[in-house]
Amino acid sequence: MRIVVTDQKGETRELEALDGWRVMEIIRDWGLPIKAECGGACSCATCHVYVEEAWLDRLVPPTEEEIEMLDGAFEVEDNSRLSCQILMRPDLDGLAVTLAPGTEPD
Amino acid sequence: MQRPDDTGFALGPAVTSDEPMTASDPHSTDVIIVGAGPVGLFAVFELGLLDLKAHLVDILDRPGGQCAELYPEKPIYDIPALPVVSGQELTDRLMRQIEPFHPVFHLAQMAERLEKLDSGKWRLTTDLGTVIEAPVVVIAAGGGSFTPKKPPIPDIESYEGEGVFYAVRQMDRFRGKRLVIAGGGDSALDWTLNLAPIAERVTLVHRRDDFRAAPDSVNKMRALVAAGQMDLKIGQVAELKGPPPRLEAIRLKLADKSEEIVAADHLLPFFGLTMKLGPVADFGLNLHENLIPVDTEKFETSEPTVFAIGDINHYPGKLKLILSGFHEAALMAQQAFRYVHPDKRLRFQYTTSSTDLQKKLGVA
Repeated sequence: MRIVVTDQKGETRELEALDGWRVMEIIRDWGLPIKAECGGACSCATCHVYVEEAWLDRLVPPTEEEIEMLDGAFEVEDNSRLSCQILMRPDLDGLAVTLAPGTEPD
Repeated sequence: MQRPDDTGFALGPAVTSDEPMTASDPHSTDVIIVGAGPVGLFAVFELGLLDLKAHLVDILDRPGGQCAELYPEKPIYDIPALPVVSGQELTDRLMRQIEPFHPVFHLAQMAERLEKLDSGKWRLTTDLGTVIEAPVVVIAAGGGSFTPKKPPIPDIESYEGEGVFYAVRQMDRFRGKRLVIAGGGDSALDWTLNLAPIAERVTLVHRRDDFRAAPDSVNKMRALVAAGQMDLKIGQVAELKGPPPRLEAIRLKLADKSEEIVAADHLLPFFGLTMKLGPVADFGLNLHENLIPVDTEKFETSEPTVFAIGDINHYPGKLKLILSGFHEAALMAQQAFRYVHPDKRLRFQYTTSSTDLQKKLGVA
């Protein structure tokens, strides 16, 4: 299983993904620049990504908690999600996301 | 739940507050701990068993660090012997555990300056002017200080302090001014309601027409909008206009994809807090990618008598786990004792058997 991640500078990489992992964890595990400072607790909005439109409908819709937490993110668009709230599963093989501004580590 | 955007407003009760002490009359203690997260709190315990007294400084207005600020209600599963515990409960339990040692907390202030005195002691000064002196300093600052998130708007830094403010210190500064307040949490709503009566005009900008702030505040805000006393725009700030640092107008990208220019003297963004290393970077310690390298025997930094424990330190094999920070605190305390009492012999004792330790804990 793979995900395709474009970083804040526009560089795209394909990353091997594991079933059940959070997309944020996969990005962090491969060493791409992602702040993700609360570690996946849906409490900081620093793992904000834009999901490629074609994949949007296949994702589990965001919870109210995730939508509220996106208020603490910047340049939020209709395809904005918190990557710690997307769990990998086989039918998401190939999922493409772009890291949003404000997710850069210091 | 305390929301991460409660910056500088309507904060909970402080545990122990104190009058700032001046340089001529500083606090004096054995160990200064920078950071009152779980690891800083447990350091009080380990130091206390060795009769070392501690003062703690934290930017937040209550102890607990990330556990209290980022995930007070989230379960933690990897604390030994606690199959599940919330961030707040872990903090509360640690506070109970260190109670016998009477730590002194200096909360809601940032450790700003660390100087070495001729006596060999350290002097720490906070941004509120609190001064503490001690022979040993422990940096337990985790991911750094919680500071307001800055929107990634081009050139925003060049407007800070004049056109852009992330906190309100004196409301009077905004009297008669045109304000744009951005955000949808309690800070944004509270300041909207507080500033609307004195400002020339307040425009609240939020990305959606739903607010996570207290419903009562939201209702009051909507009433002001309905009465024509302020404006509400659903959208996001896209650009600042005016010769920096003076702000003249703000370009908004509205939710319906249209754009609007709003005349404004000040922008007040309230998007919650994020962690930045902050002034610790200027303490004169060696740094490695914003972490403080330490040895794994004493967890001492490049500067003797200054230690770093918990998420902020770095050594081969480091894991950012609370339990690792607890271990580091215990070993640090051994060396701290030797520095504070170079003439005394350190005797290692167990709390299970030592009546001496049990007396300190108030159980014997």
